[in-house]
Amino acid sequence: MSPTDTGACWLVRDFGRVVFAIVAKDLTIELRTKTAFLSSMVFAILVLAILFFARDPTAVASIDVAPGALWVTFTFAAMIGLNRAFLLERENRALDGMLLTDAPRTAIFVGKALANLLLVAAVELISLPLFVLFYDVPIFARLPELLTVMAMATVAFVAVGTLLSSMVVRTRFAELMLPLLLLPFLIPPIVGAVQVTSLILAGRPLSEMSGWIKLLAAFDIAFCTMTILLFEATLDE
Amino acid sequence: MISRERALGIAKGGQIVTAVALVALAGIFVRALVFTPVERLQGPAQKIFYIHVPAAWAALIAFSVTGILSIVYLWLKDRRIDMAAASSAEVGVAFAVVMLTTGPIWGKPVWGTWWTWDARLTSTLFIFLLFIGYLILRDAVTDPDTRGRFSAVLGILGLVLVPFIHITVYLFRTLHPEPIVLKPSAPSLPGEMLVTLLASLAVFTVLYFGFMMQRYALGSLRELREQEVQSAP
Repeated sequence: MSPTDTGACWLVRDFGRVVFAIVAKDLTIELRTKTAFLSSMVFAILVLAILFFARDPTAVASIDVAPGALWVTFTFAAMIGLNRAFLLERENRALDGMLLTDAPRTAIFVGKALANLLLVAAVELISLPLFVLFYDVPIFARLPELLTVMAMATVAFVAVGTLLSSMVVRTRFAELMLPLLLLPFLIPPIVGAVQVTSLILAGRPLSEMSGWIKLLAAFDIAFCTMTILLFEATLDE
Repeated sequence: MISRERALGIAKGGQIVTAVALVALAGIFVRALVFTPVERLQGPAQKIFYIHVPAAWAALIAFSVTGILSIVYLWLKDRRIDMAAASSAEVGVAFAVVMLTTGPIWGKPVWGTWWTWDARLTSTLFIFLLFIGYLILRDAVTDPDTRGRFSAVLGILGLVLVPFIHITVYLFRTLHPEPIVLKPSAPSLPGEMLVTLLASLAVFTVLYFGFMMQRYALGSLRELREQEVQSAP
């Protein structure tokens, strides 16, 4: 492994190995306990079901609330999963153990974020068929577009969520703080995703969504870069 | 950290600056109500403009200062900079409250509604909530160095978030009056109104510095007291 974590002297291969090791570790823990996945999943189903009834069925069609319901569900379910990510590292001071190795810190962050992304993606991909089932929306013709939007919005909020959760687990109010700090950062990706989703469900052409897609792309680039750069600043010297 | 004498000196200075600003603010009220013409379409409701816009301006300065000081803090790791960033955020929240309460009072007679999900209203509401989150985060961390680092990271993320929120809501739709002073062509505000507005902007800026100095001194004194308590037998 690399002798130092500053500058460009670590090899891309070593970096990849650390990222892979952390993703594998987190996924192994998750596969054995299934706590985060099951709780996010059950939560997602509950929210989808509750939001279906949170309207006047004679005045509002379920298709009109569907895009919003989908993204509120994804957001809240993801938040439950993100909360767990760094709680694991706090137990037995596991994060300190990782920091004592010569692994690049950026790689630790990328590994944690990637593991979170896989978890959130799994929850989303399982909720999506349920969403189709509950809300009776035709998504199959536009599935590639919908999955692209889901990926773009999810990457953004997992990156910010991972960084914020690494900080909040070390505060007094811990898990309570995450929604409070994270939700303002979700406004651009969630509003964008809801708008694009409703345009997709309404069968509109891609050209009408270009503004929102550009916004999502810019947000992804800005916040993935920022969170990677800032992660080191959240760690103790 | 700064010494107790220095903190008391800054507090004193802050009180003087604030007092001067408050007297000037009374002058602005008189000028706005008596010596500035009534707007033809909006009537007397437009007078709130001379408080609303300067409060928004002061909040904007305050949050920008917090964001910039956050970057400087991560670079220099000086506790005084962290304290200044926190003071600025708290003062900014106070000005944001003024802005968010005067806005609807004007909106009701002129727009016919207290609130609308317009670009500027929504952006400022979320920025306000973000900075409340910033202050709560500071409260939740006991170690001063960790607190400084965490809040600096949040401050920097916030600085990048603000334009994104604005574009988002702008893409959604907008209703807020267009800028009439800071715009590419010449200001379209009549001369007397412009003078009142500019004077009010200046007064609110001074008021911001007065509050900021007092808050900074208070924060420093509180930290000194905490150190005394901890080091006492």
